[in-house]
Amino acid sequence: MRATNEPIKTDVLIIGAGPIGLFAVFELGLLDMKAHLIDILDKPGGQCAELYPEKPIYDIPGLPYTTGQGLVDALMEQIKPFAPTFHLGEMVETIERIGEPLFRVATDSGKLFEAKVLVIAAGGGSFQPKKPPIPGIEPYEGKSVFYAVRKMDAFRDKDLLIVGGGDSALDWTLNLQPVAKHLTLLHRRDDFRAAPDSVNKMRTLVASGAMDLKIGQVTALQGADGMLTGATVKGSDGTTATLACDTMLPFFGLTMKLGPVATWGIALHEGELIPVDTATFETDSPGIFAVGDINWYPGKLKLILSGFHEVALMSQKAYRYVFPDKRLVFQYTTSSTSLQKKLGVA
Amino acid sequence: MAKITYIDAAGVVRTVDGEIGSTVMETAIKNGVPGIEAECGGACACSTCHVYVDEAWREKTGEPAPMEEDMLDFAFEVKPNSRLSCQIKVTEALDGLVVSTPERQA
Repeated sequence: MRATNEPIKTDVLIIGAGPIGLFAVFELGLLDMKAHLIDILDKPGGQCAELYPEKPIYDIPGLPYTTGQGLVDALMEQIKPFAPTFHLGEMVETIERIGEPLFRVATDSGKLFEAKVLVIAAGGGSFQPKKPPIPGIEPYEGKSVFYAVRKMDAFRDKDLLIVGGGDSALDWTLNLQPVAKHLTLLHRRDDFRAAPDSVNKMRTLVASGAMDLKIGQVTALQGADGMLTGATVKGSDGTTATLACDTMLPFFGLTMKLGPVATWGIALHEGELIPVDTATFETDSPGIFAVGDINWYPGKLKLILSGFHEVALMSQKAYRYVFPDKRLVFQYTTSSTSLQKKLGVA
Repeated sequence: MAKITYIDAAGVVRTVDGEIGSTVMETAIKNGVPGIEAECGGACACSTCHVYVDEAWREKTGEPAPMEEDMLDFAFEVKPNSRLSCQIKVTEALDGLVVSTPERQA
């Protein structure tokens, strides 16, 4: 998409709103730097919120026990005084250096940013839809096989096959059933993870003959030139059948991919991690920092607590870019009135 | 210790010692056995440690719990003997366990 809007100007742009991106807001905020955060997920918290919200975490200093979501909630509370702006459901596509340092960043939705400092806190990369390993699926992708619904109207009068048993599969089944010519939901078992209310609605539609429900897994596709005509489905009893359809929407959850990071012109370690200087957590590209699971240095441990340390040091160097003429005085939140004012407690 | 055997999609057989109390996933990762990714680190929050349990061992490893069954929806080529290896604890009773890894995890 072409970006035509005015860029959003900020001191610091943080790519990734996981725990480390969130704590970066705090450390930057103590030093008067304002931050915007971008994340591909529709909520802050990264893996903690998406993969293990209810799982225990025992190694956050001073917190003998918390959960993924518990930690995210606490961090959101902690950074409240600095009022960061979140841009959720967006992925950074391009980064262009337009000053020393000044960056122009564009997202996949066409939003533009101008930031003096970039902080890449992208963890394991961006969460992207998992693609089913059906042989020969590639030519159909983007033509008659889609992993997300951008515009419902694109599916009007289609013979739809939706695959999956979670909320995405059920929500889109219910939303697209009225516009599609015909809709089949295919799931590997007759038991669904999705919200019970959605499952009930789907079953009512099936009972009334408004749509079909099939149990099985897709093993092959039929069609030509990227246009689907049918899918071979293997049932739980081992028998195979062909299901006619012209469009397929597989919903198999999310997986982490490095994504566009690889195209931003930053040197990578073993093709997937960003090497940094351990005094500043800056990359080989001045003004671009990398913190948390996505960075690499000798001895690196992929722990949340390492990331917390990294953002504190990163902020010291970032200050010199954002306020080149100011002198940075080191202060403690325990005793500094000016820091306590920023936190809204003095 | 319990011997765990992993057979990859190409048929390569690897047998390693599993520590009692650890999981079949952890045992694979610790011993550099390929074919198991464990993206979430063993939280039963992804499906990238998917394995097929050898028929002879299915009774001893048991059936997946409901949450594991939910996660298996995200795996590919799920079969009746599919399990997430992070949810199989290594016990003395599993000494000799044989699992195969699928062609792809994600």
